[in-house]
Amino acid sequence: MTDHSRLTFEGAADLLASGGATSADLVRALFNRIDAVDKTVCAYTWLDREQAVRDAEAADTLRASGGGGRYTGVPIAVKDVLNVKDQPCTCGSRILEGYTAPYDATVIRRLKDAGVVICGRVNMDEFAMGSSNENSAFGPVRNPWQPDHVPGGSSGGSAAAVAADEAIAALGSDTGGSIRQPASFCGCVGLKPSYGRVSRYGLTAYASSLDQIGPITKTVRDAAALLGLIAGHDSADSTSVQAETAGIGDDLGKGIKGMKLGLPREYFIDGMDPDVEARVRDAVEVCRGLGAEIVDVSLPRTKYAVGTYYIIATAEASANLARFDGVRYGARVEGDDPISMYGATRAAGFGSEVKRRIILGTYVLSSGYYDAYYLRAQKVRTLIREDFDHAFQSCDAILTPVAPTAAYRLGENTDDPLKMYLGDIFTVTANLAGICGLSVPCGFTSAHLPVGLQILGPAFRENTILRVGHTYEQATDWHTRRAMP
Amino acid sequence: MIASVGLEVHVQLRTNSKMFCGCENRFGHDPNVQVCPVCLGYPGALPVINGKAIELTVKTGLLLGCTINHRSKFDRKNYFYPDQAKNYQVSQYDQPLCSGGHVDIVLDGETKRIGITRIHLEEDVAKNIHFGDASGIDFNRGGTPLMEIVTEPDMSNADEAFAFLSALKQILQYGGVSDCNLEQGNIRCDINASVRPSGSDTLGVKTEIKNMNTFKGVHRALKYEIQRQIRDIEKGREIIQETRRWDDETGVTASMRTKEYAHDYRYFPEPDLLPVELTDAQIEAWKEGLPEMPADRRDRMVRDYGIPEYDAGVLAADRAVADFFEATARACGNGKAASNWVMTDMMRCLSERETDIASIRMAPEQLAALIGLVDKKVINMPAAREVFSILFEQGGDPETIVKDKGLVQVSDEGAIEGMVDQVIGEHAKSVEDYKAGKQAALQFLIGQVMRISKGKANPQVVRELFMRKLG
Ligand SMILES: [Zn+2]
Repeated sequence: MTDHSRLTFEGAADLLASGGATSADLVRALFNRIDAVDKTVCAYTWLDREQAVRDAEAADTLRASGGGGRYTGVPIAVKDVLNVKDQPCTCGSRILEGYTAPYDATVIRRLKDAGVVICGRVNMDEFAMGSSNENSAFGPVRNPWQPDHVPGGSSGGSAAAVAADEAIAALGSDTGGSIRQPASFCGCVGLKPSYGRVSRYGLTAYASSLDQIGPITKTVRDAAALLGLIAGHDSADSTSVQAETAGIGDDLGKGIKGMKLGLPREYFIDGMDPDVEARVRDAVEVCRGLGAEIVDVSLPRTKYAVGTYYIIATAEASANLARFDGVRYGARVEGDDPISMYGATRAAGFGSEVKRRIILGTYVLSSGYYDAYYLRAQKVRTLIREDFDHAFQSCDAILTPVAPTAAYRLGENTDDPLKMYLGDIFTVTANLAGICGLSVPCGFTSAHLPVGLQILGPAFRENTILRVGHTYEQATDWHTRRAMP
Repeated sequence: MIASVGLEVHVQLRTNSKMFCGCENRFGHDPNVQVCPVCLGYPGALPVINGKAIELTVKTGLLLGCTINHRSKFDRKNYFYPDQAKNYQVSQYDQPLCSGGHVDIVLDGETKRIGITRIHLEEDVAKNIHFGDASGIDFNRGGTPLMEIVTEPDMSNADEAFAFLSALKQILQYGGVSDCNLEQGNIRCDINASVRPSGSDTLGVKTEIKNMNTFKGVHRALKYEIQRQIRDIEKGREIIQETRRWDDETGVTASMRTKEYAHDYRYFPEPDLLPVELTDAQIEAWKEGLPEMPADRRDRMVRDYGIPEYDAGVLAADRAVADFFEATARACGNGKAASNWVMTDMMRCLSERETDIASIRMAPEQLAALIGLVDKKVINMPAAREVFSILFEQGGDPETIVKDKGLVQVSDEGAIEGMVDQVIGEHAKSVEDYKAGKQAALQFLIGQVMRISKGKANPQVVRELFMRKLG
């Protein structure tokens, strides 16, 4: 008997269509799997089993009556940063204790319209701030490949749940690599769409000009399918773009023969894990073998990216997180007057990394420092975007490592925020430039930890990177390896 | 000493919905019913710009002769306060919608031009309500569109500030930008005032008086504050830059001793909104949709209805009054009569009842019908006044009222002649006086006939009969 928890998103859709299983079967299989492994992985923060089964049964009824669509009844997990009506939305923080979302995020509404069942909420770094999932108020998530290692972050719960077959697929959010890096650490596929491709309405904001919602899945085809469901202009998000969404994933089978793939020298640096570099270079050779032309490109402003990112992201975060004050929702610690109540609530409610970033962001926006930090960072951001514009004139997509290392041990980097920040060096550039990026499994280190290949494409050319990723994936078998028995 | 006064005027705009969400923009609901995730600052909620608010602000800019900026943007103004759902206010910092401009005021027959620095758009704050030892927040007003008009420090006394606000209010009402209802807080303003010795070019240290919500209050506060500054300087005291509060009861301003000026709002561009880009075509279209302004309307009404310029000016001063007048004049074809009724009886009734023309039951068509009855001599003026007061109170059809009250004028000479003869017989002395050349005696005799006829006799016919009989 097959274990339904091992299904891919597309595989589940096929199975439901063929009548080989019901949505309720899939949901129950996932809960069995969660019962078996989540004590080890700690991916989920919230489950409502009864509601999930009811939703699944409703999807089954719809399907039985000839209604619904291809994905009706397929269950997925969502990062605990997305608002789903009548569910909590903790964002991995104590400060949202007791908050119940009064509305659906646009992506959730679109998934519900497609009949997709939300089976639970998964853990994350507090307010999506972190690269290891150690910053959650609900404890760290563990890497299913080696549970004494981190799953990456901030969408660590999404990636770990998919890697451990506790979820068929999951939604994450990516502000500086928060989808691609945990996908890489956990051996999954992670897609950060171009800025504006997916509505942010209902995504609790970390850094508004960088945040994007995207899928973490077992295959590239699954990522394309989920993107197709959630993408598209939304009148509730002024920064969402009127870009064509029909035909996402249509180019998957076209191969990469004759495509030009760029290799930026700035993304192969001293001090990176030699195993990681070797696996990525192996992947590049596979692509060459599949008929792609490999060209050298340069992204000279890469060295400024981490600093630029942490100025812009923290500046926006300092304002975005100001609303958590205990007045209207969430946790409250009383004080003698409103301002002291704010102070007490925020002191108790936020973890130390969130406080660090709020303070940093407040500082870079302060009068007298604004020009030197925030304004200059915006200028550098423009230069980084120009780097990519220039590079994409000589190639269709760019191949890089996702991170300089594979997953590290829990606690290994927690005392050194700067070192942790530098781990984001290959991913923050895509957010700063607004382009799309995909992480695809490309092998293992000698310590048996997954390595990810990053494929970067021009804004709104998701089809290009999905095509490269799918072609590479189908030529290898990394994506078929399972983390846990 | 010379005073310099600048104003920051906050105007609530007449839009259907709030600045960044679909909630209704209306005054007077129960607390916290016009709210949604956006205006309550819920996690994940995003703002969307209200196009109507942009239009009204640009129209204001056009009416005040401003430069309309083709590109402007919104910024976040960061500060923690319970009236602010997000703990930042979405406002416009360095790229407002409109720059430059002016308002002309007339004082003692002299025109003075007050410069406008800028006009920008932001979201209004919620209302904090205190009851006993607890506080509540009503977010109905939170996130409604608020336009801020900043003037140059061009006013030199309280009278000029008052005249400026009155002129501005007239323009905003005319432009359909705001109802400018002061009771509902549609217009609130902050005052900046400083004094300097005559002959000095540099402005003195200014103080700010915040949250003024009546024009009278602005006038009184400025009178006080300018005197206070002059007095302090004359006593050798230094004026410190500070925020002061106006106490309407005691009639003085007092230092708020806040750290207001230490505030660092950490403005930065609002990343959830795109910059506002306006094309020439769009601005032109809005310009064409602008209503006629008071001075133009006055001149046109003189031409169209043949009424005196002074009368036209009075009528044009209030858009609703002018609308009522024009509708009446068009319906009855007698502009002079329409003007007279509105200027005299209407204005008097409105001020006696302390109401405005939009709130009364009488429709312009009804006044027009009344004028028609007078013109056709169906009723005389005293009767018409009686009908007017009934219309003013409850509206109705003038013809029916005339019938019900039996007010139809008697013009038949046969019917009136008997009354004239009766009066001549009873008032021999007056008849003598009239014959001796006293015109006032004729008025008395006519009045007697009117009394006997219960006001229904046609005074013209009565007069003619007397003159014929006593001639
Ligand atoms: Zn609202």
